[in-house]
Amino acid sequence: MAKCMKILVLCLAIGLAVSPGVQAAEKAIKIGINAPITGDIPKVGEGTKFAAQMWLEDIKAAGGLDVGGKKYPVELVIEDNEAKAESAVKAMTKMITEDEVIAIVGPQASKQAIPGGEVANNYKTPMISPWSTNPDTTKNRPFVFRGCFLDPFQGPVLANFIKEEFKFTKAAVLYDVASDYPKGLAEYFRQAWEKLNGPGSVTAFESFTTKDADFSSQLTKIIQSGAEVLFTPQYYNEVALIVQQAHELGWKNPIVGSDSWGSAETVKLCGKDCYGLFFSTHYAAAGATGATKEFIDRYNKKYGYVPDDVAALTWDSIRIVQRAIQNCGKLTGDIKADRQCVRDAMAKIKEFEGITGKMTFTEEGDPIKCAVIVKISDKGEYEFYKSVCP
Amino acid sequence: MTFFFQNVINALQWGSFYAMIALGYSMVYSILMLFNFAHGDIFMVGAYIGVGVATVLVTLTSSGAIVLPGWLILVLTILISMFLTSFVGMFVERVGYRPLRDAPRASAAITGLMIGIILETGNLAIMGATRVKFPPIIESVTYNIGGVFVTNKKIMIVVISLMFMFALHQFVQRTKWGMAMRAMSFDYVAVPLMGVPMNTIAAMTFAIGSALASVAGILFGIAYPVLDPYMGIVFGWKAFVAAILGGRGSILGATLAGFLLGFIEIFVAMVFPSTLRDLIAYSIILLILVFRPHGFFGEPYSAQLRL
Repeated sequence: MAKCMKILVLCLAIGLAVSPGVQAAEKAIKIGINAPITGDIPKVGEGTKFAAQMWLEDIKAAGGLDVGGKKYPVELVIEDNEAKAESAVKAMTKMITEDEVIAIVGPQASKQAIPGGEVANNYKTPMISPWSTNPDTTKNRPFVFRGCFLDPFQGPVLANFIKEEFKFTKAAVLYDVASDYPKGLAEYFRQAWEKLNGPGSVTAFESFTTKDADFSSQLTKIIQSGAEVLFTPQYYNEVALIVQQAHELGWKNPIVGSDSWGSAETVKLCGKDCYGLFFSTHYAAAGATGATKEFIDRYNKKYGYVPDDVAALTWDSIRIVQRAIQNCGKLTGDIKADRQCVRDAMAKIKEFEGITGKMTFTEEGDPIKCAVIVKISDKGEYEFYKSVCP
Repeated sequence: MTFFFQNVINALQWGSFYAMIALGYSMVYSILMLFNFAHGDIFMVGAYIGVGVATVLVTLTSSGAIVLPGWLILVLTILISMFLTSFVGMFVERVGYRPLRDAPRASAAITGLMIGIILETGNLAIMGATRVKFPPIIESVTYNIGGVFVTNKKIMIVVISLMFMFALHQFVQRTKWGMAMRAMSFDYVAVPLMGVPMNTIAAMTFAIGSALASVAGILFGIAYPVLDPYMGIVFGWKAFVAAILGGRGSILGATLAGFLLGFIEIFVAMVFPSTLRDLIAYSIILLILVFRPHGFFGEPYSAQLRL
């Protein structure tokens, strides 16, 4: 115990001795990272951390962050939320009140981002969750933003894509009526499609219930209705069954899905039947071009694997924070005023060129951005096909 | 018109699964007067055993150790899985039902539910929550007959299941064991006194029912190649409905009721919005039962005051 105390005192002494040296330069800008480094989803935490550290390298290489003509050093405060809601709140509070961060990136999953967002909003600290898709994360919270699109958004995006790509006017929908995500998305798609092609253009709107395995009567009806494309926002296990049965019933037209298709399991279960089909998602590694490809290659070289959507969205989110700080123009040194300034600047960001698409924030702090359409290649890989905007 | 015939084909395939599982229910019910609620899960276990056997055979063939054509792999998979699954059925009977044979009926009924849960969660513990893909044994070929699409799989499923139903019918009607089973279903108090071994017959009934469930599981895996540990629950319930609708112990009844169930489900979805499918389908069946409480081929007075 005595030894511990000695070390502690020593540390404090060193800290006191060193700190005036730091003070001499511009006060560092601190950005908080709230990520699940341990817990159920450590891979998500790792992607977050790696992307943030890669960004910090760039800033350091540039000699600091340029705000209103002055170069500020930047520090990252990385806190582990253990993929738990209470730890995320604790980490949030610590970063805001003790570390005095100017803005926070994370938490990633909605489970932590919803309670975390409440803390950030109460302390009037700007927060951006790169990955959380639940509407509640940003709802009625002026200080909370997100880097990805919301679930309902994919309906209109896919309707636009199908219209432009295939020039179809008749679509059918098959969805699980007992599950929130597919049900919501099916409705949004129908609204968007009928807006584009007029009433009655959704020729069949068929449903089933979770655990059903036979879709033959729904699919027969869909084929009979003369639909030119089938939209099915289902999860991978159902996708495999639906696609295969549709083909066995003589369906030869495209089948289109949403980001729930994005699991590697889809192709494993579905096999050749799924080759050549399309779905919408946040980001696709294969076939990426431009800045997205640069990011993927750099990340892959540095960490040895292709980054997933979390890393890409984190990269965009932290660069949005950077842009907001720079747009702020001048930092006063009063952390409260600076946070307000960063928040206002972030809300005004227009047409931000991210690697996951161009973003403009709405009133709610949700970005209007483009989705990526992925085509399942003849080798069963998810290939970037095109970017589609609402 | 093609629309109608297409749905007839769909219903034939769907109904054959109900029919085959209903047979297992019906046999156990007629002989032991109890509902084996674990039957849907035995169907699930049979499908998983089928995946295992098929995977081994496909791997052996592709590695060149033995060379088997696709149809032979299928036949072997069905036979080996039937053999293995029948032991699962006998085991369930031995540990779950035989000790409770003189217990109140309700206890025997919940035994089935408990064994079902044990099989589901046991499978979950062993195989994990990821879905299992049934290995593609036979290449799917689609035939277009005047606008009606039929695959070789669908024909095969219907033919194989009808074959097994016919074989079972012959067994029960023509053999000595079959006669013992029929006698037992007529009166299971007096018949054992005549020297018919109760335990053997009971075990045999479970074995046959389970073997049929495993055939259904394999055919199901071929038609719908995504398997999960809970696939048998709702399916089991519906097949149970078919078993009762067919009439106690009637093989013909269970078969017909199974197909009827398939037809009702498919055709209700054809006419009405698919969201209302089960609601309307099972209301129709409830109505049928109101007018025919003993099912199609049930004998009103055979129950011998056992309950």
